[in-house]
Amino acid sequence: MDYIAQGVIQAFVLLWTGDEETWSAIYTTVKMSSISIAVCLALGTPLGFILGYADFPGKKGVRTVVNTLLALPTVAVGLVVYAFISRRGPLGELGLLFTVSGMAVGQIILALPVVVALTANAVESMDERLRLTLLTLGADGKRLALSTLYEARYAVLLAAANAYGRVISEVGVSMMLGGNIKWHTRTITTAISLETGKGEFALGIALGLVLLILAFAVNSVLSLARQRATI
Amino acid sequence: MKRTMRILSLVTLVLMLATAAFAAPVLRMATTTSTEDTGLLDYMEPFFRQATGIELQWVAVGTGKALELGKNCDVDVLLVHAPSAEKIYVQEGHGVNRRQVMYNDFVLLGPAADPAKVKGLAVGEALKAIAAAKQPFVSRGDKSGTHVAELVLWKGAGMEAPDKDAWYISTGQGMIQTINVAGEKNGYTLADRGTFIKYEANAKGNPPVVILVEGDSALRNQYSVIAVNPAKCANVQYDLALKYADWMVSPETQKLIADFKLEGKQLFFPNADE
Repeated sequence: MDYIAQGVIQAFVLLWTGDEETWSAIYTTVKMSSISIAVCLALGTPLGFILGYADFPGKKGVRTVVNTLLALPTVAVGLVVYAFISRRGPLGELGLLFTVSGMAVGQIILALPVVVALTANAVESMDERLRLTLLTLGADGKRLALSTLYEARYAVLLAAANAYGRVISEVGVSMMLGGNIKWHTRTITTAISLETGKGEFALGIALGLVLLILAFAVNSVLSLARQRATI
Repeated sequence: MKRTMRILSLVTLVLMLATAAFAAPVLRMATTTSTEDTGLLDYMEPFFRQATGIELQWVAVGTGKALELGKNCDVDVLLVHAPSAEKIYVQEGHGVNRRQVMYNDFVLLGPAADPAKVKGLAVGEALKAIAAAKQPFVSRGDKSGTHVAELVLWKGAGMEAPDKDAWYISTGQGMIQTINVAGEKNGYTLADRGTFIKYEANAKGNPPVVILVEGDSALRNQYSVIAVNPAKCANVQYDLALKYADWMVSPETQKLIADFKLEGKQLFFPNADE
């Protein structure tokens, strides 16, 4: 059982000594998740806002579908995207398989429902008095929508943090679409599964801790941003 | 601010184009977990780059999946160890130029107490004894090279490969995980020697399972290199794949393979000239 203690010590050794393989995996993880989150926010925030704000027939049905997509199994997404971007698949010409961009495609499909659903929830649960106040202040439709979105900004931030959490901790899609290629598509999670396969449990635990530290750093930045905004 | 951003993005673009232009050609290989987990590929890659200027990128999966990646034209070359499956693969025209590179061997592992009394038996007899004693046998069950070899061994013992029998445990996982299951369940399992050496080293000299059967000629584990057929996959890098295959069977590389040691023990035995 001493590999648990060893793992904790090794995590800090890897980070402090600037271990090249560990940092390469961290870099790939950050790059992949940042691309995914940027695209998810650009697409998901407007979609989520429309879903929460507008009234249209079949809205309930769409909500149910989006909420179901929150439970998308990661390996299934990996498999379907693989079928599309394999050289024999319909999008094979793009050469996305075993690249960071290919991994990002899978992650976007996974995380987009998170952003859409949480944004829609936030906009929907906005205080009714906000709308009334804005109306009495003479806001027109466009101003009303923009102000509502502005008031929902923290919820969007929270949605981003949640989606980020899903993306960086995910292994099925990364393994299948990235292929765990050293120096290129090896993320922290695929490295953990490799080290476990090798029986290097201590190193696996160490990498798990590195991932936690990374998540902690991202969340700290987010909560700092929030504090500053509210002051 | 806007200007700086524009200049910055321009610089990035130029840098990206420049690195793309000067980057070494990349050869993509699908291989088995054993070559990666033992560290063989990490050890060989710098030598290959030095000799040819080609960057080798590999995806380590079970042999079954490696062959599938080749069929789908997603890799250029394969380094795999399931001769029976490979022959069918080449016959079907998916791969060409199959050459044998090296071998290591499988070992039958089990608890030191050896409840089925298989120690020192030929491997076929040992499997029969385990089945007769209904002792737990842990299988990879994932179409990996090791799993394929195990199925061939059951057949060689004149038995149907077990499936639903209560004592037969199919994990569907990698080699180390499967050995771990055998250790937890006090069962037997078939493993490649390299992975067992790693496992033994991790267990600090007190492994729950030990080698009971070894050295049987049926336990030889042959690795071969196969180029993906350019006639089936137009965008495959056939010339690079051939360079890799040529390099793997050259006398210098064969010596490199023989020199590779794990925990002080030689793991792979070059046999390109056989």
